[in-house]
Amino acid sequence: MIRVLLPPHLRTLARVDGEVQLDVEGPATQRSVLDALEANYPMLRGTVRDHVTQERRSLVRFFACGQDVSHELTDAPLPAEVANGSEPLLVIGAIAGG
Amino acid sequence: MSKIRLLVGTRKGAFILTADGTRKRWKVSGPHFAGWEIYHVKGSPVDPDRLFASQTSAWFGQVIQRSDDGGKTWDIPGGGPTSPEGMPTGESNKFVYDASPETGKPLTTHQWYDGTQHPWEFKRVWHLEPSLNDADTVYAGVEDAALFRTTDGGKSWHELAGLRGSDTGPKWQPGAGGMCLHTILLDPSNPQRMYIAISAAGAFRTDDGGKTWRPINRGLHSQYIPDPNAEVGHCVHRIAMHPSRPSTLFMQKHWDVMRTDDAGESWREVSGNLPTDFGFPIDVHAHEPETIYVVPIKSDSEHFPPDGKLRVFRSRAGGNEWETLTKGLPQRNCYVNVLRDAMSVDSLDPCGIYFGTTGGQVYGSPDAGDNWAPIVRDLPAVLSVEVQTLP
Repeated sequence: MIRVLLPPHLRTLARVDGEVQLDVEGPATQRSVLDALEANYPMLRGTVRDHVTQERRSLVRFFACGQDVSHELTDAPLPAEVANGSEPLLVIGAIAGG
Repeated sequence: MSKIRLLVGTRKGAFILTADGTRKRWKVSGPHFAGWEIYHVKGSPVDPDRLFASQTSAWFGQVIQRSDDGGKTWDIPGGGPTSPEGMPTGESNKFVYDASPETGKPLTTHQWYDGTQHPWEFKRVWHLEPSLNDADTVYAGVEDAALFRTTDGGKSWHELAGLRGSDTGPKWQPGAGGMCLHTILLDPSNPQRMYIAISAAGAFRTDDGGKTWRPINRGLHSQYIPDPNAEVGHCVHRIAMHPSRPSTLFMQKHWDVMRTDDAGESWREVSGNLPTDFGFPIDVHAHEPETIYVVPIKSDSEHFPPDGKLRVFRSRAGGNEWETLTKGLPQRNCYVNVLRDAMSVDSLDPCGIYFGTTGGQVYGSPDAGDNWAPIVRDLPAVLSVEVQTLP
């Protein structure tokens, strides 16, 4: 079970409180976790990554285990603590003023 | 008694203001979609309780919301797993430019600020225009400029690529606010005819339901572009039409207030005695097709009312002769702006007129502009105001 903590605006869109928990097939990577997230919460399609290119939106970041993993390859394994559910993957809206 | 519902889009959410036909006491609902930019909210003429909202964010992109109960509850159409297999049946937030060969000339670039060609990049929906005769059909004007349509109540959107594919597309370029398609006018007498306007390209018309388009900018004169009389490149801010005279259009351009009486084949200036003819909104009285309203601001470099006085100007002659409307509006130290989609009229008698400001006020006049009062004073900056007149 993968734990994902969404930013407040996306929790509102998805109508969830706190973390979401996802079953992910195969290795836990950015791509597989986001695939599972969007399959469970279709209203989030396009909000974290582009509909077509599947690239991370520029003001969205991924943090895990105290590290910014936003620039890791999308098919690279996420930290073991995220894969085994002991730590959440944080989806962060970048601080951008206003 | 009739009821009035104002749909107000702001920088930080949507608000719904309601009153009975006297238009004296208002209830405020909101913020809906708190914290998001709401560029536009508009109701279906076929089913007034069906509302569509454009919800956008620099962080999280574009979301289309729909209400089927007049704004009490909202859903993302097609946003839930609704097929027997549990997969989504719609992609309501997906706006993808049509690059198929079937459209004739799918474009990939337009002119950029520095004169080079730049790829079309979807940013947001500026304006939603529900169909006059089908509650599931809505047109969306987007940035970078293009026209999209849904025919399934917002679950999926498809580009009417003939507009972007017209010969002039590579010459379009963004204005200071981006290259946005901000105005969509549907001709009530001819379902094949539509008008749209783009900053900074100009006005365009289709006579075949959106398959093909051509620029209708003859008579516009813009000194800020290399050829002031060019076919495209004009920064049109807003166009308005009275439904009883769909071939007469009124335009607030970057500078100049214009009108056409031949569906855009030729325009003439009607700025007349306005103190400045720069501005954004323009609208037409609900019952008097020759009565029009503008809110002039000082200039393109000073986006606020001249002399700190918020004044609406009304012409009962279809332009040229303008009277000043100030009663109830601040006449000192006022430096707000009124954006292009932030003025609207109701269809009661006398006609009510409303506008919102970048300072967060929404003003209303229940008597066609003679007297004004603030309905709310402290909303976030207002991006759009639409009115529904309900039975």
